[in-house]
Formats: sequence, structure tokens, C-alpha cells
Amino acid sequence: MIDFRTHPDRYHHWTLKVNERVAELILNVDEHETIGTGYQLKMNSYDLGVDIELADAIERLRLTYPEVTTVLVRSAKDRVFCAGANIGMLAGATHQHKVNFCKFTNETRLFMEDAPANFVAIVEGTAAGGGYELALSCDIIVLVDDGSATVSLPEVALLAVLPGTGGLTRLTDKRKIRRDRADYFCTLEEGIRGQRALDWNLVDHVIPRSRLGSLLESLVPEASSSAPTPNGINLNELNREVSADAIEYPHVRVKLDRELGVARITILGPTAVPSSAEALHGQEDASWLIATARELNDLICHLRFNEPTLGTLELMTRGDLATAQHYSQSLEAWRDHWIVREGLDLWRRTLARLDLTSRSLIATIATDSCFAGPLAELIWCADRSFFLDNAMTGMVVNPMNLDAFPMMNGLSRLASRFLGEPERLGELPAQFGVELDAATADHLGLVTFTPDEFDWDDEVRLALSARNGFSPDALTAMEANLRFVGPETMATRIFGRLSAWQNWVFNRPNAVGPEGALRRYGTGQMANFQRERI
Amino acid sequence: MELIDYDTQIPNNVALASDDRLKRALEQWHPGYLNWWNQMGPNGFSESEVYLRTATGVDPKGWAQFQYVKMPEYRWGIFLAPGDPERKIGFGEHAGEPVWQEVPGEYRAMLRRLLVVQGDTEPASVEQQRHLGATAPSLYDLRNLFQVNVEEGRHLWAMVYLLQRYFGRDGREEAEALLTRRSGDEDRPRMLGAFNEQTPDWLSFFMFTFFTDRDGKYQLEALAQSGFDPLARTTRFMLTEEAHHMFVGESGIGRVIEATTSAMVQAKIDDPFAVDRIRSLGVIDLPTLQRYLNFHFSVSLDLFGAEASSNAANAFAAGLKGRFNEHKIDDDHQLASATYPVLRLEGANIVTRDEPALTVLNARLRDDYANDCANGVKRWNRILEKAGIDYRLTLPHVGFHRQVGEFQMCPVDPEGVVHQATSFEDLVATYLPTQADREFVASLMQPVYERGSYATWIAAPKVAIDNKPGDFEFVRLHG
Repeated sequence: MIDFRTHPDRYHHWTLKVNERVAELILNVDEHETIGTGYQLKMNSYDLGVDIELADAIERLRLTYPEVTTVLVRSAKDRVFCAGANIGMLAGATHQHKVNFCKFTNETRLFMEDAPANFVAIVEGTAAGGGYELALSCDIIVLVDDGSATVSLPEVALLAVLPGTGGLTRLTDKRKIRRDRADYFCTLEEGIRGQRALDWNLVDHVIPRSRLGSLLESLVPEASSSAPTPNGINLNELNREVSADAIEYPHVRVKLDRELGVARITILGPTAVPSSAEALHGQEDASWLIATARELNDLICHLRFNEPTLGTLELMTRGDLATAQHYSQSLEAWRDHWIVREGLDLWRRTLARLDLTSRSLIATIATDSCFAGPLAELIWCADRSFFLDNAMTGMVVNPMNLDAFPMMNGLSRLASRFLGEPERLGELPAQFGVELDAATADHLGLVTFTPDEFDWDDEVRLALSARNGFSPDALTAMEANLRFVGPETMATRIFGRLSAWQNWVFNRPNAVGPEGALRRYGTGQMANFQRERI
Repeated sequence: MELIDYDTQIPNNVALASDDRLKRALEQWHPGYLNWWNQMGPNGFSESEVYLRTATGVDPKGWAQFQYVKMPEYRWGIFLAPGDPERKIGFGEHAGEPVWQEVPGEYRAMLRRLLVVQGDTEPASVEQQRHLGATAPSLYDLRNLFQVNVEEGRHLWAMVYLLQRYFGRDGREEAEALLTRRSGDEDRPRMLGAFNEQTPDWLSFFMFTFFTDRDGKYQLEALAQSGFDPLARTTRFMLTEEAHHMFVGESGIGRVIEATTSAMVQAKIDDPFAVDRIRSLGVIDLPTLQRYLNFHFSVSLDLFGAEASSNAANAFAAGLKGRFNEHKIDDDHQLASATYPVLRLEGANIVTRDEPALTVLNARLRDDYANDCANGVKRWNRILEKAGIDYRLTLPHVGFHRQVGEFQMCPVDPEGVVHQATSFEDLVATYLPTQADREFVASLMQPVYERGSYATWIAAPKVAIDNKPGDFEFVRLHG
């Protein structure tokens, strides 16, 4: 079982050093410490285990070390920054693992870009493939030019696959590199170094090692004297109990219905409301806001990697709606406070991860539901929702639902939902804070179906079992198409292209067939390509 | 621009005078090369006349033309060993096909990298050795140093020729970059570790030419098998020169041992560990010699890279870089299913495991190299034996003091024992030259520039070069 819980004290591959406003993330991959078997993580190459630590470090930098304004990402290994995803791991992994590995690493890269601190990649030696993509995800790339250091995306030339962590898209969309230059760069096994890397905007600074220190000093902004930085909170290890057919966290309960291929997820609403933002801050990682988001995040990752055959997630909540709404109202009032902002952002990232999860999502709103605030988003994350029509209320819309949790397409889930009926969004402010029953929610277009008590069990059961009868591949593709409506952003392009092109290439014989480049890499045998264009 | 008569100034057998593209490229590169030589070549001897051999042709007569020459005026030439129009690729997936006369597009990057890595080592050693002239133990040794230096310079030319002739703009850029990296420079170091180490004294120089130049020999031997014919022919000719460099190393250490043993015999010292007494005779004690050997052998092993290497496998499969003596090996030259025994660390034990031969070509080349080194050490031990000194030099285990590959930073001692309680650093401190060793050796490094005189710590050669006697004026120091 792959466990996503870790702590800097237990990292095998990264070191997180914090020195007041400057943190260092130092990559020194332990080549023997692998998630799978049959490969070694040479040259600072990575597998999921390395990325789990990186993701953990990025979360801690935000929540535990808010004083950090600059993060230096560097390698402890001589003459190599990072060689990217390990080829032996990719060649030996199942398709399912490869796809989910890429998805997770992409989320981690986007979360780096999302973090308030400025990330500076210090590339000493080679940054190849995923290594350069790691640098591309930083805000600034410094190439320490020793005459040999290069950046490269050699996937096409060497492996017959694509850069899997957004490299192509970041070249053209983030760094605005001309497409003909990008084309040339992406076919060069050996990459580009020195002045040309700078001229083409592949990096931001090219300097000799002896001048690195003074450059870094100039990149770290002066301490701002105006706002005192908040105190970070400790992130303790999540408690959970995993048994054969259940997973229990303090705020999240899951029953695994293997026969129907459903994970029934119940999120418990808050039971009390802190008296002030400071009091909420004082609860540290035990606050409902932080703890529940962390647990849900961990659960999504766990299900993705460890429970691939549970194709549907039923999303439920349980608790006192009035308390959940009071909690949400308080969050609305405290949104200028650091812990609330970070807490809502943590929910935003977690919900975005759920959007990107290749499982059917069905939300059910029934007796004792408390879909308010962040929890209400689950209804619109879902591919379909059911609200029991028995005159009980179960959900509340709040202002935060229009602006606190944008999806990766840049729109709120409600704006995405009402792309064709923008007037619906205008109706919502009148309902802010109102506990809604099924009929009203249906009238507002907020839910899909509202069966009554007589039909409820059958309707929900049928929806779930029908889902279980379709092709999982077709469902994954269909859901991904329908979920991300409207405008494209760099993030949606990255994931869309990852799903469409990379995952296609990952299935093609030219990459993974017995004579394919990925399979033959490192054996010394040359790939033998099927020549037809598709 | 002043026109250079290339056929006169650059002896060659590649029709340089009629190759406009190449001529233009070399015209641009040549001033930079001379500039590099003047900056980074032997320090302080540019006016001296050195009795050097210059290659002017590829037949045995042509490449051993001896004459006095000032080094900056040395005629660095471009030579390919004679070609064979019938030659076929000898290994890999293209085995049996005619050799390539132009770079195959799909292997361009791989081939360029091989050339650049090889090319980068050539000027590096010149840079490492540039201060040694100031402490030469004799004119004969001074000449040998300079011969090695100018020929390493010519080997740089050889690689630059291939880069410029066959790799277009990229090749020209790489050729430029070869002149801008500097051994041991913090900002622009040479590409391989051993070529950024210092060569602070003559004992290091002899060790370097024996061990590190021998790595060069094995790399060149592997490239001499290449299906890219111009590379094969270039490296074959380079090997004739490389042999002299290793001779300088082997005979140099041999003469150090002779000086030590005869001083010990004369002073009636039997105990090779009576270090202080031996050192007081102005010679280098054998345990110090062993520690120098430990250092140079181990850092040279690192040059072979990790045991398992996909780059090496790819280069073999592509037909670009073969095994040592590939043409004499009796197998399928494909290695599709062959295995090769490789030393691996298993817990606290070093074990031999059979692994796919194609993936561990580096280990094989390294083993061939180590065997060759062992033979040289045997010849040194014969000197000790003859002198009746009860001490033998040995090669340390390949796991000792390694920075690359399977035994990287592992606490393996020179006997091959994996230590549990002793750290890598502690072992290194025990078995590599100490600061005191280096200071003692440095104290011996006083120049001897009189004809026929030799420093106390090194014996005169039995025969010098070009059939000249040991008191020949090998270098006219002031022109």
C-alpha cells in the first residue's frame, strides 16, 4: 500500500531547510529507496515516493512556514539537478500507475506555482526531462553555467514518449517560447546550455558558480516591515484506520462496497464554531477547516493508487446543517485572516484534485446532510447529484462558493455549471445563507435529481450500479470532457493534453511494445518503430 | 586576415587545403587554440627549444620526426590512420554493414557526446600539468612532459577536427567550449572528476600518465572499433602516441622505485617501513608510493562510469563504441543474451553476479583496464624483487575509494573488505596520501636542469628516446 503521509524527519530524498525567510528544498535521491521494485533512482531521478515528499514539503512550507518568501530548489548531487522520472520505473509500471503518477506529479508542480513563496530553481549540472519540468514549475530558473550544465526535454528523442509533467505546455504558455524553437529543443537529446538557453528564455539567469551567492541575495526580496508574518501551524501525522472494507479518519468515514465498485464517503461537518479567527488559528491542524481538507486529500490519493477498481465515489456529508452554516459564515467573515485564507486554499486544491480524479462522482444529499461552505462544493464536483425530497434542508450556498474555490479552468464550480445560464448565478446572492430543501435547490439548478423517499433507494442504487456497468475507460474520458467546461488555462491544457496525448503514447507499441523505446531504453537495444502516422 | 598555409603549418592527411568548409572552421578556432596554449600550456618554457617528435605522416617514419622546436610553434597535425575501403561495422545492430563515412542522423547526439567527453580530457591534462616544468627532475623528464603535453594538444585537435568536419554549427560550438573549460575551475570545470584533480608533483604526474592516460587508452581502443570510420581511424592514430605517455608513466615510477631501492640497499635499510630513515636519503619510501598508487588507480576507475550504463549499451548497439579488442573477441558481437560477471555489493559482502553483458560494458572495459594495470604493477615489483626488498606494490580493490558506481562512497578497504565500523572517510585517510606525504614529496621537487643530471629520488633511464644518451640536451632552456 502506498502511504502519502510523511514528515520532513522521515524524508529519504529531500531535505527541507528553513532559515527565516528563505527555505531550501534540497534533492538528494536515495537510489535504493524506491516505491516499486526492479529499478534504482540514479542521478536524482524520481518515482512517486520522491514526489510524495515534495508535495508534503510544499504543503508544510505554506502552512507551517508562512514566513518563507523564497524557496531555493537545488540538488545535493554533483553535476546533476534532476534526471526526471525514472525510466526503469516507468517501463515496469502498470499503465494505471503511470497515469496516476503523472497526475500526482503534475498536481504537485501546479501547487508549487500556486504557493505564495517565490520558487527559485538552481540548476547545477543537468536538468533533463522531469528534472527540467521541475525547474519550469519554479518562478525563476538559474542555470549555473559550468560549460556542461544543460536543460533538456529528451523524451521524444530517447524514449518515444512526451514530457509528462507539463513541460511542453509550460515552454509555450508559461515561458512563451516560440514554437519552432520549442520544437527544436524538444527533439534534442542533449538539450541546450549556456547563453542559448538564456537567449531562448529556457532559463532566467546564466551565471558562473562563483557569482551564484550574490545573484541569490538579489533574488530574495527585502523583509517587508508592514505586515507581521503569522505563526505557522504544525501538521501532525493524520490518524486513519484502514481495514478491508472501511477507512476511518476523524472527520471522514469511508465504506468500500467492492461488489458495486463504490467508495461511500461521508464527511462529518463541524460540531462547534470557534469564537474568533485567532481561536481557529489556535486550534492549529485540529481545526475542522484544516483537518477535514487534509483527510479528504489523503483519502483521494489513497483511493487513486490503492483502490483502482472502486470506480465510483459517493459523496455524502453528515452533521448539523445550522452549525456547518454558522462555521461557513464565520469563515466568510474572517477571510482576511491568514489561517482562513490558507484553509480555504487547502480546500481549493483538494477539491481540484477531486475534479481530476478519474472516478465517477455522485453526491447524495439526504437526512442529516450538511453541505455548507466548502462541503457544498462537493455537490458541484460531482458528475451527478441526488437530493432527497422530504422537506428537510441539506445545503446552503455562500459567497465563498462563487470565488473561493475556482476549478483549474479558472471558474468557480457554479460558474462552470451555469456556463449556459449565467442569469442563474445572479439568482444566488438572494439565497446566500439560506438552508435549502430539495425543491428549492432543484429550482435553482443546484442539483440533478430530487427523488422522494419512495424512489430514493432505487434511484441512487440504479445510478451507482449503472455506472458500474459501463466501461471504466469510457467513463473516465467522458467525465473529464464534461467536467472542464469553458475557458482553457495552462492547468487544464496540461491535464487535457496529458490525458489525451501522453496517455495515448503510453499505450502505443512505439513506446511500450516489446520493441518500443521505453521498453528498450537502457538495454542497449534500439527501438523499432511502426512507421505509420496515426 | 593573414592567410595561413595550412598544409605547411598543420601537417595533415585529410586534404585540409582543399576542404573550404573545414578550413574556415579551423581558421576561426586556431587563434583560440594558440591563445589557450599560451595561457594554459606549460608555464614558462615558451622560448625553450625542446627535442620533440612531430607527426608529419601516419607511417612509422612519419610520426616519429624528432627535432628541436619551440612549443608554441609546434605543428599540431590532423591525422587519420589509413582507411580500409572494405571495412564493415564490427558489432551492434548494424554489424556487417559498411562503416559510415558520414554521421548517421539518428546517432548524431550520442556520437557528439562521445567526442566531446573524450576531447575534454585532452586539454585538461595539459592544464593539470602546466606547472610541473618548474620542478623537473631532469632535462629528459622535462622533455617527456612536454612531449606528452603537445600530443595531448594534438589529440584535442583530432577531436576538434571530427567535431568541425562532421557536426556543423553544433560541432563548432562544442569545439569552442573545449577551449573555455578549465581543469579544477570552480565555474567551468572539465567534465570528468579525475581531470579536475591537481597534478601537484612529478610523482603524481607519473602516476597520472600510468593510470589515467591508460583509461584514455582503453576509451580510445573502444572508439577505435567504431562504425563511424573517421572516428575509428582518428583514434587508432592517437593510440600510437598514447603508448608513449604510458611509457613515461611506467618507466617514471620504475625509476623512482630504482632510486629508492638502491638508496635503501646502499644505506643497508631492509625495513621498507623505516620511513623517516628512507626519506632522509632523499628518496620516496614505498608505502608513500603505494598510497599515491591507491589514489590514482581509484580516481581513474571512476572515469569508466557506473558499472551498468544505458549510454554505453546504446553506443554499443549503435555501433559507435565497441569493447576493448572487439575484433579479436569470438562471440556474436551483439550481446543479445550474453552475460558478464560484475562485482556487486550485497549487504556487507562483495559478490559476483552475472548481468546482461550489454548493460555492463563499462564494467567490462574497467576490468580489462585493471588487468592491464596489474601487469604494470608486476613489472614494478620485479624491480623490488631484484633489489631484494621485501615489499610489493598492489592494486587496491576496485571498490576502494570510489565516487562513481556500485561502490560509491562505500567503506571498502584496499583488500576489498567492506567495513561496518569504519567510515569511507576514515579509510580514505588511512590509505591515500596524507598531507605529510604530499609535503614530503613536494620538498623533493627541486628542478634539475643540468645535462645528464637526475634528482636523487629518480634514477636515470636505461635508454632515453630516439637512441639518444641520458646526457643529451633534451631541452635547450633558453633557446
